[in-house]
Amino acid sequence: MTTDTLSPRREPPVASSPARRAPGRPYRSTGPQAILGSGPAAKVVAIVALLLMTVMWLIPPAWMVVTSFKSEPDAAAPDGWMPKHGFTADAYQKILDQGNLPLWALNSLVVTVSVTALTVVVSALAAYGFSRTVFRGRKGLLALTLASIMVPPQILIVPLFREMVTSRLADTYAAMILPQVVAPAMVYILKRFFDGIPRELEEAARLDGAGSLRAFWSIVLPLSRPILAAVAIFVFITTWNNFLWPFVSTSDPDLMTLPVGLSTVKDSYGLQYAQIAAASVLASIPLIVVFMVFQRQIVKSVATTGLGGQ
Amino acid sequence: MSTVPTGVRRTAAGRSRRTGPLFVAPFLVFFVLFLVVPLGWGLWMSFTDSSLTGRGDGAFAGLANYAEALTDAEMWSSLGNTAVFTVLSSVPLVVVALIMALLVHTGLPGQWLWRLAYFMPYLLPVAVVWQIWLMLFQPGQGPLNSMLGAVGLDGIGWLTDTKFAMWAVVLVTVWWTVGFNFLLYLAALQAVPDHLYEAAAIDGAGAWRRLWSITLPQLRRTTGLIAVLQVLASLKVFDQIYLLTRGGPDGSTRPVVEYIYDTGFTGYRLGYASAISYVFFAILIVLSIAQFRLFSRREA
Repeated sequence: MTTDTLSPRREPPVASSPARRAPGRPYRSTGPQAILGSGPAAKVVAIVALLLMTVMWLIPPAWMVVTSFKSEPDAAAPDGWMPKHGFTADAYQKILDQGNLPLWALNSLVVTVSVTALTVVVSALAAYGFSRTVFRGRKGLLALTLASIMVPPQILIVPLFREMVTSRLADTYAAMILPQVVAPAMVYILKRFFDGIPRELEEAARLDGAGSLRAFWSIVLPLSRPILAAVAIFVFITTWNNFLWPFVSTSDPDLMTLPVGLSTVKDSYGLQYAQIAAASVLASIPLIVVFMVFQRQIVKSVATTGLGGQ
Repeated sequence: MSTVPTGVRRTAAGRSRRTGPLFVAPFLVFFVLFLVVPLGWGLWMSFTDSSLTGRGDGAFAGLANYAEALTDAEMWSSLGNTAVFTVLSSVPLVVVALIMALLVHTGLPGQWLWRLAYFMPYLLPVAVVWQIWLMLFQPGQGPLNSMLGAVGLDGIGWLTDTKFAMWAVVLVTVWWTVGFNFLLYLAALQAVPDHLYEAAAIDGAGAWRRLWSITLPQLRRTTGLIAVLQVLASLKVFDQIYLLTRGGPDGSTRPVVEYIYDTGFTGYRLGYASAISYVFFAILIVLSIAQFRLFSRREA
């Protein structure tokens, strides 16, 4: 499974998703449907189970959306789904007027885009170095990089925080961004991919006088778009939602990211359920829109990078 | 490979000896500054009295922190909570993910809807997840307690009763993160070759038989990987527990990572927090090696 999804010349198997089957085309007795069996009873059971689980998984966000459109008294004393005083968009109005939500979203965007861009560039360069070049200490460094995948970021927060205070970076964007750029697992995934690209392609270019950087830039990178996209998407999702490090490294409300800022909403507004719900809905929209647009790529990137050991 | 003249290969090798370090250098800078240095610094701090207030800084304490940690009932209880959480969450996170993937992979229509429904929670920031469930868990007439009331059961102090708080946290975690494992299983299922099922169909194997004899064995490798990743991820739990319960009630849900955080950032004892970090790290390494051995043996 790992080797399959990580080898470059085969698309990760998710690419041929059954979702793309032409509508109305009858299913053969093999393939996905073979799991079910052909009996109508099995199909009914499966559909019921699917619907049941889907409803269970959708109730929490649905509750949040409904609550966000309630008036504050209705939201605070919920008596079922329907509000006594009717639906209203007041909570959204208030959140957007008085809240720091747009600022937090902007901070999240700055941090996430910076981390993603830096991680992809730095990791791809290193992966190419490990995959294609020979230099003293390369094997040792590679072994060290791989071993460091084992280090849980959680145990680094105390010394990292100390480091940020000492270097006067605490409470800056740099403090939130830079430590998140270290992604040994991503280096490993990219190296595995580069290893699978035939060397002949670059050697031909080198015969024409191209240097390593040139070969990397114009031959290896274009062939690696899918894996680069996968790594970028994966880093983007995890960084956008990262809580612990941004929470520890900033106390300045003007620098808070969405997850950190949102966790303080309770304190700053008192228990305003409708406003909390509205803030949550607004904070959830970006990634969900991204997911709906890039659904196939995201599924692919989770399948490719998820097994890499994040 | 052999088509390249040796002269070119030699100069290419010579060039790569010079350019190689340049490729790796940027990563190395980040790696050293933000992983190696803090790792070493943390280890050093674990032997000192370092505190966040600056007092007692650098005073060498030898193994005192470690000695204290080994007899610290709070550390052991937080490790115990972490272990309980890991067991309670890992099993459903593997099993439910598998069931979801099997159901979705049956080729029934509405693929994008199932995928969105199961994976969407994973896309939500933890602070949103926390806010949603805090509303659902409201005591008294909260939505979950109303549902219990509707079927004639008493309301539960989801986050305030020591009997239920850990279960509530597990419930939230499963709901939030199962979509990730679900996608991994879905990818693995799509890689199972059709001809295995064709052969089984010819032999007249029924649906259960195909599940037990083809699908599950084909997924064994993925299951092993998901289990390893899941256990490691669950051991490191912090965010959702901290936000939902602050480790309460009565410390009954406080995981070890939160104890590290509390000790270092609320208790200002960075040295002691570092020592606990390293005890935890040692446990993680031992567990990973054990897990790796277990699964690679089963593989062979």
